[in-house]
Amino acid sequence: MITALAEFVHELRAVGIPVSMVEAIDAAKAIEHTDLASRENLRATLGATLVKSPRHYGAFDRAFDVYFGLAPIGELGSEDGGGPGAGDGTAEGGGRGGGGSGDLLDAFVEALVSGDSGRVRSLIALAVDRHAAMQPGRPVGGRYYAYRVLRRIDTDELLARLLAALSSGSPSGEIDDRIDHERAEALVQQVRDRLEQEITGRLISDRGRSQVAGNRRLPLVEDIDLMHATRVEIEEVEAAIKPLARKLATRLGQRRRHGAKGRLDVRRTIRRSLGHGGVLLDPRFRPPRKSKPEIVILCDVSGSMATFARFTMQLTYAIAAELSKVRVFAFIDGLDEVTEFFGPDTDFADGLIRMSREADIVRRDGHSDYGSSFTEMCEKYSDAVTSRSTVIITGDARNNYRDVGLEAFAQIVDRARSTFWLNPEPRRFWDTGDSVMSQYGSICDTVDQVRSLRQLEAFVERAALRVGARPRIVN
Amino acid sequence: MHAMEDNWTTPAQVRAALEGAGYLADDRIAQVVFLAVKLQKPILAEGPAGVGKTALALALADATGRRLVRLQCYEGLDEAKALYEWDYHKQLLRLQSDEGVRWDEVEGDIFSEPFLLERPLLEAIRSEDPVVLLIDETDRIEVETEALLLEVLDSFQVTIPELGTIRAVTRPIVVLTSNNTRELSEALKRRCLYLHIPYPTVERERAILRSRVPELPEQFAEKIARTVASIRQIPLRKAPSVSETIDWARTLLALGIDEVSDAAVASTLNVLLKHQTDIERTAKELSLDIDADVRPE
Repeated sequence: MITALAEFVHELRAVGIPVSMVEAIDAAKAIEHTDLASRENLRATLGATLVKSPRHYGAFDRAFDVYFGLAPIGELGSEDGGGPGAGDGTAEGGGRGGGGSGDLLDAFVEALVSGDSGRVRSLIALAVDRHAAMQPGRPVGGRYYAYRVLRRIDTDELLARLLAALSSGSPSGEIDDRIDHERAEALVQQVRDRLEQEITGRLISDRGRSQVAGNRRLPLVEDIDLMHATRVEIEEVEAAIKPLARKLATRLGQRRRHGAKGRLDVRRTIRRSLGHGGVLLDPRFRPPRKSKPEIVILCDVSGSMATFARFTMQLTYAIAAELSKVRVFAFIDGLDEVTEFFGPDTDFADGLIRMSREADIVRRDGHSDYGSSFTEMCEKYSDAVTSRSTVIITGDARNNYRDVGLEAFAQIVDRARSTFWLNPEPRRFWDTGDSVMSQYGSICDTVDQVRSLRQLEAFVERAALRVGARPRIVN
Repeated sequence: MHAMEDNWTTPAQVRAALEGAGYLADDRIAQVVFLAVKLQKPILAEGPAGVGKTALALALADATGRRLVRLQCYEGLDEAKALYEWDYHKQLLRLQSDEGVRWDEVEGDIFSEPFLLERPLLEAIRSEDPVVLLIDETDRIEVETEALLLEVLDSFQVTIPELGTIRAVTRPIVVLTSNNTRELSEALKRRCLYLHIPYPTVERERAILRSRVPELPEQFAEKIARTVASIRQIPLRKAPSVSETIDWARTLLALGIDEVSDAAVASTLNVLLKHQTDIERTAKELSLDIDADVRPE
């Protein structure tokens, strides 16, 4: 067990989950108090001792299933009709004799609705036997095999049949429909998950755990590439943004170190001293004045930035919930204020829709024009940026070979307390083609490559240091 | 003194004991609590507001027969409020009451037990009878203040310069809670068993409803739990918590509604959701007409 644990810890570290020595030892101690006959107990034990952030649970579960998952029912390469171990009795009625995938579907529906997980597993083993055509020795993660099986099972049809089986038949409202749908989808998801388990199990018996684990790694939320994130990944990222935005907000608001007290409150100190004969034992201080940071965010929302823009708007939305003085401007080849769409009492999705409909940000062809956008910022919203503002610009600085508008940009930078630029492009592409990053970047406080939460977090950490510094003198 | 939890030999017993105290734990929670008791490590319970993190600590105190000591965290919490403080007033009175006594005698005197004001952490450490120490909403204190907790958490001791190190008489069971508004430091997390408590599954929420609102029919409870689970799928500013689910169930009963129909949900959505934008959003998502009134005549 200790060897398995050591390998498992190794795998977690390889994914990027920080597991310290102390935590690994705790896990080993905890295992002594765990009933190993129950897989879920072991999962709880290892989860509690090794993984300390909900963001890491996805990757943990994935690795756990590889190292401690259910043994597969069938074996790799076992074919229909002769799969050793595949027929554990219950599978017999599951369509082995029937043949067509239609009967298999009915059997699935019956097993799923009655909640008979043993039978679901043997049906899945059967489906894998029939349709996956797994070959030993191929270095694949199993996604391909799963795809082959799902194509034959036909999940749409399965969903439809499950829906028919679940709905009570009586006339029902919107909510009932919705609930039935969710239940059916959860059951289909159960099929997908178990199918993956089965295939993974078979691959492991072929190629060993560490190989399979390596092929099946799930990136941590903080490492997801924001430019190419899938819908599901984006949802995970968005869930993780709030704490980070809060941190950024407090960092930007903080001018002195914690613990520094405000000025002496003479009146209250003397009042307190009366209790002990006028001895000034207990000095009282005024609460330190809290600085109210003003944040101005300029966001490139052009097509090339679409995924990233959604992310920055989400970040903005979260910051706006923390700080009162936030102004947000979106631009493509025109610039418009969108603060009100993302204020504290708004809905994020509505905000996005309103921005695309109402904001006046496309003037000509809908390709980014940083120069004219900065000029417009200076002309129309000269009051927005003051010596107390922190300006954050997000964009790839790809100006489509238009006028850079450096003067206007320098004006904004001069007026602001500090200016940060977040560029989602990899550093090596900066200043290639129509990117003019270094022209703008040379007068910003910092320019950072931010294409994952981890990089954003690093920026937040550094931003605190920068904001604390006195304003620079720009010559 | 023989503590109740020493008799626990399986997580199932933990589960039963917690259930006796009115807390329905799932297998995972029971397993982590069991480990916390066996390994004598603190539990860090993290999760959205209103899923029963604090309730777990209360039930644990009840189930083990321990006294509960609670430290409510807030921004600006400091040593004097969390750990201990010298009672200035009393010290001053002592000094004034016998002038002329030699200083070294007085000094030893005024920095001693009677002049010490106990705050929750010290109270938990020094308590003669076993306690459950609840450190609630840990994420509210600043990162720098977290360090205050470390000595208590890993060796159950407190160092007071004038008195030396005070060790725990009986090992407290420690539960920290956090709403995850910020990430707690690695140092703190490393010392704890981490227990993420998400919203309950439909089955568990139904069981909770049944135990908290016994007059609720089984079918109805199931339907309520499913509806709430469905609403939690919608991206909202504040998803309904378990306690709001319970309130909602009670409201439906009180209004004499015995079926979760579209109209019933529409008219009572404000019990479940507290932000106007959330209510509108949910109504839109579920195609409900929130202006209609369905109270039975």
